[in-house]
Amino acid sequence: MTDTIAAIATALSPSGIGIVRISGPESREIAGKVYRSKGGKKKLQDVPSHSIHYGFICDGDEVIDEVLVMVMDGPRSYTGEDTVEIDCHGGVLAMRKILDTVIKNGARPADPGEFTKRAFLNGRIDLSQAEAVIDVINAKNEYALKSSVSQLRGNIQKAIKEIREDLIYQIAYIESALDDPEHISIDGYGENLYKEVKKQEERIDRLLLSVKDGKLVKEGIKTVIVGKPNAGKSSLLNTLLGEERAIVTDIAGTTRDILEETILLHGISLRIIDTAGIRETQDVVEKIGVEKAIDSAKDADLVLFVVDSSVPLDENDREIMELLKDKKTIVLLNKADLEQAVDEDDLKNTAGHPVISVSAKEEQGIDLLEDKIKELFFQGGLEFNDEIYITNARHKAALEEARKSLEMVENSIEMQMPEDFFSIDLMNAYEALGRIIGESVGEDLVNEIFSKFCTGK
Amino acid sequence: MKGLEENYDIAVVGAGHAGCEAALACARLGLETIMFTVSVDSIALMPCNPNIGGSSKGHLVREVDALGGEMGKNIDKTFIQSKMLNVSKGPAVHSLRAQADKHAYTEEMRKTLENTDHLTIRQAEVTELIAEEGVIKGLKTYSGAVYYTKAVVLCTGTYLKARCIYGDVSNYTGPNGLQAANYLTDSLKNLGIEMYRFKTGTPARIDKRSIDFSKMEEQFGDERVVPFSFSTDPEDVQIDQVSCWLTYTNEKTHEIIRENLDRSPLFSGMIEGTGPRYCPSIEDKVVKFADKNRHQVFIEPEGLYTNEMYIGGMSSSLPEDVQYEMYRSVAGLENARIVRNAYAIEYDCINANQLYPTLEFKKIKGLFSGGQFNGSSGYEEAAAQGLVAGINAAMEVLGKEMLILDRSESYIGVLIDDLVTKENHEPYRMMTSRAEYRLLLRQDNADLRLREKGYKVGLVSKEQYEYVLWKKEKIAEEKERMEHVHVGASPEVQELLKAHNSTLLKNGISLADLIRRPELSYDIVAPLDKNRPQLPQDVKDQVNINIKYEGYIKRQEKQVEGFKKLEKKRLPKDLDYSRISGLRIEARQKLEQFRPVSIGQASRIAGVSPADISVLLVYMESYRRQGGRGEN
Repeated sequence: MTDTIAAIATALSPSGIGIVRISGPESREIAGKVYRSKGGKKKLQDVPSHSIHYGFICDGDEVIDEVLVMVMDGPRSYTGEDTVEIDCHGGVLAMRKILDTVIKNGARPADPGEFTKRAFLNGRIDLSQAEAVIDVINAKNEYALKSSVSQLRGNIQKAIKEIREDLIYQIAYIESALDDPEHISIDGYGENLYKEVKKQEERIDRLLLSVKDGKLVKEGIKTVIVGKPNAGKSSLLNTLLGEERAIVTDIAGTTRDILEETILLHGISLRIIDTAGIRETQDVVEKIGVEKAIDSAKDADLVLFVVDSSVPLDENDREIMELLKDKKTIVLLNKADLEQAVDEDDLKNTAGHPVISVSAKEEQGIDLLEDKIKELFFQGGLEFNDEIYITNARHKAALEEARKSLEMVENSIEMQMPEDFFSIDLMNAYEALGRIIGESVGEDLVNEIFSKFCTGK
Repeated sequence: MKGLEENYDIAVVGAGHAGCEAALACARLGLETIMFTVSVDSIALMPCNPNIGGSSKGHLVREVDALGGEMGKNIDKTFIQSKMLNVSKGPAVHSLRAQADKHAYTEEMRKTLENTDHLTIRQAEVTELIAEEGVIKGLKTYSGAVYYTKAVVLCTGTYLKARCIYGDVSNYTGPNGLQAANYLTDSLKNLGIEMYRFKTGTPARIDKRSIDFSKMEEQFGDERVVPFSFSTDPEDVQIDQVSCWLTYTNEKTHEIIRENLDRSPLFSGMIEGTGPRYCPSIEDKVVKFADKNRHQVFIEPEGLYTNEMYIGGMSSSLPEDVQYEMYRSVAGLENARIVRNAYAIEYDCINANQLYPTLEFKKIKGLFSGGQFNGSSGYEEAAAQGLVAGINAAMEVLGKEMLILDRSESYIGVLIDDLVTKENHEPYRMMTSRAEYRLLLRQDNADLRLREKGYKVGLVSKEQYEYVLWKKEKIAEEKERMEHVHVGASPEVQELLKAHNSTLLKNGISLADLIRRPELSYDIVAPLDKNRPQLPQDVKDQVNINIKYEGYIKRQEKQVEGFKKLEKKRLPKDLDYSRISGLRIEARQKLEQFRPVSIGQASRIAGVSPADISVLLVYMESYRRQGGRGEN
């Protein structure tokens, strides 16, 4: 663990600034070999720790980029080791060339997650913090970030610890009764335990309930916009995209094939699916069928059903609304700026879904839409005070496993099994919960966590 | 001056339950073995309770037997009452306990030892170990005689600097007034071995003729006795049994004890050794369970040869006069005549963290130890360690692979792992709760778990081993057959179900599913099973348990898988823990000091937290990638 590693620490896409990070005992020396100060006299080896230096990165005589270099000696650095960070221009080529030069001068390319792994090994962070680091990196919006930060602060720890403490008390009671039956009676204990297990199940259920919210917070709400060709889906999309600065996610890889775009509505992400489909319909005369609407709505968390309020509703509209009755759907009466052929109040009574009158063109009613979404998904409020949101798939799986084990305990009690059988599944529940907070260790866990990192972190 | 000099392969120091197993194992493996004892008359002595087995201890005896040890066979030949405990609970906690005839037990063991080839018994006090550069070379006795050996097994029990105490009376003797061993401790300290001082105790023995049994509950043995040993014919143990008796202490008893606590050497500070929490004296119980108005007292015969009765549950170190008052306050003991006083005994033992899981000293190659010397309590715990220490001393001399049992395969593994890994500040007693995977470690399947290991070591015969292989096959076959024999809702079936208060059938069902019902069993459904093969009872029992608790067994096996993964992650012997800065300082020190063999063992060291283990795991992963060893 004594070598020096380097990687590009920022996203590998064109952006204003990029950072190449070097960590390890030879960080200063390696950075010193490639750095030239403006006057050419300053030596990185001699500068004080935690200082910033203007200059150039050079490969031999060739100047690669104009940079700021930060020198941070361990243990006061992210990894706990001597670290140098090179702030360069964010061009992909510039960053790559700087990294290559650094590697040519003695650093080893870092493995994915290796910086964080070193931080962990050097006692800078614990396992669940390491895990939260991934979530912070991958956070798509403000709420997801706050939830990850709250995990860093240990809110989940606290909730899980409480359940575990109660479980271990029960386990200890059974065990001590086995060892000292004369003094610790276990008669009728099953009933007592049954209640206790139910109580813990409910606590786990509450955490599991937050998984759905947590996932929406973290990944955004999968949204599909449906409607007839001229209902104004496309202009609605454009309006929404214009609302705050939209983040455009290019999933398929080229701008022509955009399949999904993410819209930030005051911190909530809407992931609009099949946006390419929406745009295509502008050129192609398409008779939108019921099947198509239902089909695209299948995977969505939210359906925005756009209706042209300047023309009367037809059978298809009614049928679609009926088929969407089990989906979270908002009916958008678009073209509120034109003469209305659909009565809003009338539709509100018959649609079975919330109805909002909007004008994509005039950007009216968008705030009402936001409020409605918050109401539908987050019971109105989405404040990250001390709410716990389980946003991590691993945590969810462990909670479900614990839940299942507790059901087995219930089952054993119902079957009137001898008490010593209860502890097997109680222990499994205890261990599963322990894996969330790093109190039960398995090698799989550790590998799983660090394998999720991208290079540079 | 020239003294006596002799050469042996192995010397065993002590002839108690650990020493006997160790010496027999070495000699049976063909090594010239000499066993030292301060008194040949005290071989396999039972200075405390007159029984073998009991909750979880019964498991140890069966495991000792499965590995080729002697304790199970010896008690089968000399018991006077036997009982399977906890039969109302799950099969994991069923445990055998037998009352021994103490004299017969001792004599029988002595006969076995004296008739074992390659075994020499020698009455002498061992005073000094000879070791050179961390390797054992032999030992010296009080007379100055020198015995050169390739390995030494220390099983000194409670004899090192022993002191017996009651009230303000104390004697520097071993149990029963036997001579203590007063020199060896200093020799051990000179070799750099860390010593502890522990304490244990025993109750009074009372003349049977002075007891009024009409005021007590009679406790009978089982109608059908199950032998301890897998090689004992069950028919040979169906004997006439004697009874034990149950009575209780009362408020008056507790009053007497409380009033005289200041005269107890335990509370006055006269005893410095640490006593066992789980085998407490009656004084301890009265103090600890202040709200209980009575405690159980078991009156057990010491043997057929004597009128002495053991007063189980009332060990004490109170003064003689208080003992009289205290015992006589118990129902049925009003006129009790004490034959031997209750007393506490203090002795030197080691911090067993100095041992590898093979029971060899980390510091001194060829030096092994077992029994109370290692800080345990109980005959069964001693025998189990004695056997493993003996086997491994022999393996060392023979240059063969040592025997290490892990926590997932035996109580012996749990016992030894706890002793060598965890901090232990009082005599360690085996308990059911200490075994995490106890549903797999049942007393009924000790042979299936351990015969093969005993065979590989060389203490189990080919015939015995092949029986276990045959048995495993039969169990699997019959279990499989039960899954495939189906019965329908015929009148015969319904009638049988009705007779056992079981829900009647609506559809067809496999016999296995019927057996899984709590109120039914493999034997109960026999009338519905027309083509059932003739199988021995031990096979039938296994089929029943394996079907009935299949789900639980599978889940426990899953737990074991996770456990084994960490056990298999070996830690390099030369790992420099001080360089892994992510470890907390306490963990670093503990790991340096222990040098655990695996990450699994590291995780059980007090002061090493789960967070430290994650750090180790990640570190080892990087270490491995950089071409280090340490992974199996």
